[in-house]
Amino acid sequence: MSDIKGTENKGAVAKDNEEKRVGVFVCECGVNIGGVVNTKAVADYIGTLPGVKVTSVNKFTCSDSGQADIQQKIKEHNLNRVVVAACSPKTHEPTFRACIEQMGLNQYFLEFVNIRDHCSWIHMWEKEKATEKAKDLIRMGVERSKLLEPLQASEVPVTDKALVIGAGVAGMQSALDLADMGFQVYLVEKEPSIGGRMARFDKVFPTNDCSICILGPKMVEVARNKNIKIMSYSEVKAVEGYVGNFNVKVEHKPRYLDVAKCTGCAKCSEVCPVEVPYDFNEGFGTRKAIYVPFPQAVPLRAVLDKENCISCKACAKACQSGAINYDMQTSYTDINVGVIVGAVGFKTYDPEPRHDFGYGLYDNVITAMEFERLLNAAGPTGGHVVRPSDCKEPIRVGFVNCVGSRDKATNIYCSGVCCMVTIKNAQLLKEKRPETDHTIMYIDIRTPFRGYEESYNRSRALGVKFLRGRPVEVKEDPVTKNIKVRVEDTLANEIRNLEFDLIVLATGIVPHEGINQIQQLLKLSKAADGLLMEAHPKLKPVDTTIDGVFLAGVASGPKDIPYAVSQGSACAGRATILLKNKKAITEGITAVVNPEVCVGCQVCIPMCPFQAIKMDETPYLNTGIKKANVVKALCKGCGTCVTACPTGALEQSHFKNNQLLAQIKNVFKFQEVAA
Amino acid sequence: MSAEAAAAPAAAKTGGWEPKIVAFCCNWCSYGGADSAGMGRFQQPASTRIIRVMCSGRIDPLHVFNAFLEGADAVLVTGCHIGDCHYVNGNDKTKIKYKYLENVARELGIEKERLQLNWISASEGEKFANFIRDVTAQIKKLGPSPLKPEGVA
Repeated sequence: MSDIKGTENKGAVAKDNEEKRVGVFVCECGVNIGGVVNTKAVADYIGTLPGVKVTSVNKFTCSDSGQADIQQKIKEHNLNRVVVAACSPKTHEPTFRACIEQMGLNQYFLEFVNIRDHCSWIHMWEKEKATEKAKDLIRMGVERSKLLEPLQASEVPVTDKALVIGAGVAGMQSALDLADMGFQVYLVEKEPSIGGRMARFDKVFPTNDCSICILGPKMVEVARNKNIKIMSYSEVKAVEGYVGNFNVKVEHKPRYLDVAKCTGCAKCSEVCPVEVPYDFNEGFGTRKAIYVPFPQAVPLRAVLDKENCISCKACAKACQSGAINYDMQTSYTDINVGVIVGAVGFKTYDPEPRHDFGYGLYDNVITAMEFERLLNAAGPTGGHVVRPSDCKEPIRVGFVNCVGSRDKATNIYCSGVCCMVTIKNAQLLKEKRPETDHTIMYIDIRTPFRGYEESYNRSRALGVKFLRGRPVEVKEDPVTKNIKVRVEDTLANEIRNLEFDLIVLATGIVPHEGINQIQQLLKLSKAADGLLMEAHPKLKPVDTTIDGVFLAGVASGPKDIPYAVSQGSACAGRATILLKNKKAITEGITAVVNPEVCVGCQVCIPMCPFQAIKMDETPYLNTGIKKANVVKALCKGCGTCVTACPTGALEQSHFKNNQLLAQIKNVFKFQEVAA
Repeated sequence: MSAEAAAAPAAAKTGGWEPKIVAFCCNWCSYGGADSAGMGRFQQPASTRIIRVMCSGRIDPLHVFNAFLEGADAVLVTGCHIGDCHYVNGNDKTKIKYKYLENVARELGIEKERLQLNWISASEGEKFANFIRDVTAQIKKLGPSPLKPEGVA
């Protein structure tokens, strides 16, 4: 491919027949390795292996002094292979590759052996066995290192456009920051309006400011920004390509009206005879079959819900701008972007299937999100919190925390935000109607960030009661429809029987249904909680293992609003490195065909999911056979084709058969391997 | 501390023959799972030596049988969960290949415990540790591999 070029040849290419001079650097990682593995014994043993010219033990090999030691020994002993035995190559390989490259060695002459995560940390009480294992692992690495070949990383051009998937507060922030830096951004949102979850909240903790009042202007800012193209009511359907050059297919669901003509006047809704539960209000109240999602929606356009439409055509008659089009079809747009930010959000845990704390059985047990909509002045009750059974305003309100969180039966993780949500909700109702009585039933109260503890204290001062314990029995009084709760007060060490007019469940954060699709489209990993996984939990919190793909917001773990917004900005910053440099460095590891051995059988071609193997158009030399050829820019270096090749013509660089076999042979004891 | 972690010092005192197990791990999932086992300090028998490949699809019968011929008491083929492959579907191909591998292993008289396939994600540290613990216990019962050359422990 003409647009791909090799990077400057920094590493000198060692000749095959050159004597292999290996240096082995054993890291103690403080006491992480040194406290278990006898590093001196390991180094002494490794020093006896043929080809090993020097061994060195460092407290922290990754530190400045540790790296300086490597560089000095490369010089002193004229090393041409370096083995680092330390932590995981997944986090530290790049560090040491750069370190040896500085000394003129090809970066692929580094072999990284994991004696921490795979040894000292998992054999903490078996010091001798751990030491023996470390010897084996390093011996395997030394023998492999002797067979390593120089490779060159490739440079690929980066299209200076970005795709942001999900227009919640994190995605909007990312889009705004990227747009303000001058890049074209496509902002794809599956709902008819941008805004995400935050648009549904009444007020947000700890300051209790009105959620839509702070979000609304941001939504308008997104719409006004010339560099942002909002694709609402749309979904990403296919992603192909690689960092710098992603080809994305976006599906636009039909709104059944022309958005260019629609003014959002909602005259259509007024005449529509169909009423369905209003999803924006968590199913409370109704909306029409044709409706504007909510008053602050961006774009402020109606959408026709074809599933519930009875085709009476009343809306078409009412629409003065003639926007309605019942025959609208699904359409698609193909876009090309250099980077992708996934801000795909979450949903709240649904207590209905398990009937947690009587939800779904008793009318007066509702979720915090439902409570939120009842509190909202624009909600179904105009801001009056009423209980569903009789629409009376409750006096005694019980809040149950950790529903669908910190529970082995549902999700073991903490959703992080629910304590503050409950504290805020109790506060808001108490302030509105001081005669109300609130009891929060909790496991632990977690209020870690600025202003949170103060908000908790304010609730206590207002008279909100905190009871440590989870209800063990929840029953409805058949006459009054009140909820009777049996709960162990674990601080007072007594069982208490309480009666409430309304119970509010603080439901946790869970991945929504679309997350699997996004995971597969972007080829991301999922964590144990079902949400998407970042490249490194601490040092690369918004990167992913896929170059050019970043994650913001709750898609990669529970977060509050400031955290999600920071991540949105962080993604924009990380993405800008690629967009501004206009180039990305890709791995040098690819499949390679030996045309002398290839018989042109084409078995490898369907093996490659990236269509990276093409047949040559002309026969090879005078053989009369067209040979397979790997397009390096498309090859991701998985090596699957190599295993399929019946003649051994395919090899995967850096994971060649002889390199892997050298490791296999040396699992057991030292065995010379023929190169 | 988990129960098995607490039990580890006691286990360390019981000596005896330790099988040697070769585990092939893909860079993105199961190798990460092994890393996560470390991060979570999920203690395991020191029986296993991991060989990293980029994708389980790279694991060749050549590698598996060479490991047995060199003296492995068990060989583990591991990768991402189906549907989660970093390279779209390399693990689907591993699954297909593994069926043939299993058949050949049976022909050679290798017991089924000695060749195992498992999908482990990068976050499943505990699963990785449990897997190693289970396989090690199974192999300890079976004893050394019939293919083990003389003089190899």
